[in-house]
Amino acid sequence: MSSAQIEIQLIASLVAIACAIPGTFLVLRKMAMISDAISHSILPGIVIGFFITQDLNSPLLILLAALTGIITVILVEYIQKTGLVKEDTAIGLVFPILFSIGVILIAKNANDIHLDVDAVLLGELAFAPFDRLLIAGVDVGPKSLWIIGSILLITIGLLLAFFKEVKVSTFDAGLAASLGFSPAVIHYGLMTVSSVTTVGAFDAVGAILVVALMIAPAATAYLLTTNLKRMLVYAICFGVFSAISGYWLAHFLDASIAGSITTMLGVIFLMVYLFAPSKGVIAVLYRERQQRTEVSLLTFLLHLRNHNEEEERHVNHLNEHINWQKVRSKTVLELALKNNMILIDNNIVSLTKKGKDFTSQAIDYIITNEDSKIEHMKDDFFLFRG
Amino acid sequence: MKNNIAVKVDDLTVAYNYKPVLWDIDLEIPEGVLMAIVGPNGAGKSTLIKSILGILKPIAGSVSIYGKSYEKQRALVAYVPQKGSVDWDFPTTALDVVMMGTYGSLGWIKRPGQKEKKMALEALEKVGMLSFKNRQISQLSGGQQQRIFLARALVQDASIYFMDEPFQGVDATTEIAIINILKELRKANKTVIVVHHDLQTVPEYFDWVTFLNVKKIATGPVKDIFNDDNLTKTYGINYKVSIQE
Repeated sequence: MSSAQIEIQLIASLVAIACAIPGTFLVLRKMAMISDAISHSILPGIVIGFFITQDLNSPLLILLAALTGIITVILVEYIQKTGLVKEDTAIGLVFPILFSIGVILIAKNANDIHLDVDAVLLGELAFAPFDRLLIAGVDVGPKSLWIIGSILLITIGLLLAFFKEVKVSTFDAGLAASLGFSPAVIHYGLMTVSSVTTVGAFDAVGAILVVALMIAPAATAYLLTTNLKRMLVYAICFGVFSAISGYWLAHFLDASIAGSITTMLGVIFLMVYLFAPSKGVIAVLYRERQQRTEVSLLTFLLHLRNHNEEEERHVNHLNEHINWQKVRSKTVLELALKNNMILIDNNIVSLTKKGKDFTSQAIDYIITNEDSKIEHMKDDFFLFRG
Repeated sequence: MKNNIAVKVDDLTVAYNYKPVLWDIDLEIPEGVLMAIVGPNGAGKSTLIKSILGILKPIAGSVSIYGKSYEKQRALVAYVPQKGSVDWDFPTTALDVVMMGTYGSLGWIKRPGQKEKKMALEALEKVGMLSFKNRQISQLSGGQQQRIFLARALVQDASIYFMDEPFQGVDATTEIAIINILKELRKANKTVIVVHHDLQTVPEYFDWVTFLNVKKIATGPVKDIFNDDNLTKTYGINYKVSIQE
């Protein structure tokens, strides 16, 4: 690997981490679309900042552009507060206007500005290593690396300091307000971090990938855990993994790095969406099928408990008596036999002691919803897992 | 006995989009009462609580908690929002939600430690939810979620408790458990203010009541003012309740 390759992967990874942190909270606050709005509407900020500073990597430009991001959020909230349109409509109204102002500004000054709309939308990570930061004539690495590295350090610092505040105001803004943690301050703090991160990442990966890196890793992590800290860690891991694997995908396909990273993000989300252990599509389908069989089993056991007559307990009569059409009675019989809950003697089914105990415990649970007595049954039966 | 005024509201007016939802409310809540706020939908019951707690900004009037502004008396007040106001799919556990009650006394930046965890566990035990401490909150029933919210308020060890419809969507067992805890709080001379919907249970559960419908209709001891006259004034239709002796 050449040093340029390592630098590109390092920049992509840092961008991924810097995006995953605010992204996790945006997803939990159901504000994913606001990152899309910010990523587009910072364009006029960047262009105007460039007119003033003549340097795409100037901190002043980053602050000016981030300010446009905040203005977007304020405009969206203002329009929404009139009660005339909903939030998504307000977002759809605000960012295209700001973005198009940026596009017009670029077009009008095409000769003076080293910026084109393609680069804005997709970024150009491959060129990042060419723009070096020189301190006293010494090359200390690509400028993008320093910019995103500084933004990431600030983000991590803020996260460590205000984790508790951001968590409580995300979960329960009313409580946060009553405890004295102003949800407005935290909201605009998060919006500022999102805007600054977006601007910092923009040059390297472009407007579209910034959105993907904020939302996709967090959405993927959300499917895998019920713990906020773990969700943050998973989101960071997915982001970094997509950044590096996406780089190599682009390398072998000779394609856009930004496009390949976004593709990897999509692929990982799809995989997790299908195969996640408890929230994944396959796990849910399996669980529903098992629960259906278990309910049938319980119905069957209850039937046996309530009927002593032999004709009610004859194997061949099960279908008629309990009227199963959807679930094959064979499956249920086998499940009951496997668990030693029934005995079949001369085609007459009867409950074992284990079967009797199981039935009464299960019925108790369903009636009272008290689950202290059935803890041991949770491992074997989905029905009791709440 | 009930001389101290815990909460005082003067000329409070609150508006959404320039439409008043609370109009010129004057209210004095004595220390140590268990008070219901009743009124029809849209009467401004939740708004009243939220304005007292500084969550909503009134356009006129003032609120004081034991004679001082709410900002100065935060530590004396605990709040239980409506259960439906939060996303129960949020990735966290019952214990963690209860710990949030300790955040106020910690202030900014400082993190909860062992002491806060112990307080949260005790509060969980009080509401009978200790065995669910590590349960993800979406895996709890509605009644259990309400108990978690109650535990979170208990952990604040406040003097005044504001609760927004704590009995909404809970089963009879939980309702009895909650009301017993509220009565214990009153016994400890705490003030408890509850937005309540079920008029039938007002005389049984509460000793103080405020009738509200944009304006304040009446406030005082249940035995004196919980009558057909005030109910009719509040709800606008003829009410006949039989108050159990």
